[in-house]
Amino acid sequence: MSSANAPLTSTEYIQHHLVNLTWGEGFWSIHLDSIIIALTVGLLFILGFHYAARKATAGVPGKWQCLVEMVVGFVDTQVRDSFHGQNTWLAPLALTIFIWVFLMNFIDLLPVDLIPMVAHSMGATHFRAVPTADINVTLGMSLTVFCIILFSNFHAKGAKGFAKDVACHPFGPKLAPFNIALRIVEELAKPASLALRLFGNLYAGELIFILIAALVPWMFQWTLGGIWAIFHILVITLQAFIFMMLTIVYISMAHEHH
Amino acid sequence: MNLNLTLFGQAITFGIFIWFTMKFVWPPIMQAISQRQKTIADGLAAAAQGEASLEHAQKAVHDELAAARKRAAEIIDAASKRAEQMVSHAAVAAQTEGQRLLEQAQQQIAQEVEQAREKLQKEMTHIAIAGAEKLLGRSIDEKVQRELLDKFAEGI
Repeated sequence: MSSANAPLTSTEYIQHHLVNLTWGEGFWSIHLDSIIIALTVGLLFILGFHYAARKATAGVPGKWQCLVEMVVGFVDTQVRDSFHGQNTWLAPLALTIFIWVFLMNFIDLLPVDLIPMVAHSMGATHFRAVPTADINVTLGMSLTVFCIILFSNFHAKGAKGFAKDVACHPFGPKLAPFNIALRIVEELAKPASLALRLFGNLYAGELIFILIAALVPWMFQWTLGGIWAIFHILVITLQAFIFMMLTIVYISMAHEHH
Repeated sequence: MNLNLTLFGQAITFGIFIWFTMKFVWPPIMQAISQRQKTIADGLAAAAQGEASLEHAQKAVHDELAAARKRAAEIIDAASKRAEQMVSHAAVAAQTEGQRLLEQAQQQIAQEVEQAREKLQKEMTHIAIAGAEKLLGRSIDEKVQRELLDKFAEGI
């Protein structure tokens, strides 16, 4: 436990669990814990799926290939339902979001002290294990999505078409400044809502696990912890799915011509 | 909020992961899936075709069997007809042969009867001459007597 060296009060325990392992100062710093866990599960996803892709045969598939194909098929269906047209990168993008976010969320289901304990034994002072409970991570992902949305707008409409689209909708060319201001808010709201929704859900989920660990006597922790964990299975999957779905919808919108 | 470089680190990592998935994960899996779909579709089509050809073959077998049965019946018919014919032929042949044998036998009998009669005539002549000699006690003119007796024997 984190209280290995000195006994902590509940408040101190909770506060201790909400501090990232940071390297550097101010803005030019990095949350090592978030990055390490995000990279680890991300590589797990990439390599696991790449393994399945390399071994993929049209013949009788193995269990792992079946699982991967089910996920891929599911994502593919979602993309096809929402996005009409030819696109080679949207479905892989959606798959990456779904699996990576799911895996990062999944860390929340591990015992709240497990990964921090391992980290402490290796000399880390603080460790927050759930990357998606870090606003930097969720905002970072939505930043990429934001860039892709902008790129899609340019790609689908051309610079001129996009400018016209921004200036003339929804109120016509006479109210161009108003239109532009509205469009900026609209575009910024997309990544913000993506990032904050995921962050909020996972931060709250993590906090409740921490609260249960801090405030409930250990012999009763399994009741509340168990209920919350089971409920959380739904939450983490749903949040990964929502992040993916909204990204698909936003990019589809960017491809549409008014 | 505690924003820092982690944000860009995550954003860039995300971009790299998307690129990797797009390049090395998605296409082979989709290819395998669509290939398997094709295999399954082909298999189903082949199964349907097989079923159709089985039906066709069954019909052909049925037709062949019917034809064979018909031919067999024809052969049996012909054979029995031929047998009947053979039997009747044989009967006719037997009848003619019997007739022939009978006629031959009758002819032979008639011949033998004739021979016996001739023999008997001669014997009779001898006996008659001998009897007459005994009766007359002397030899009669054999020439005259013989003519006489020959005439007599012819009369018998």
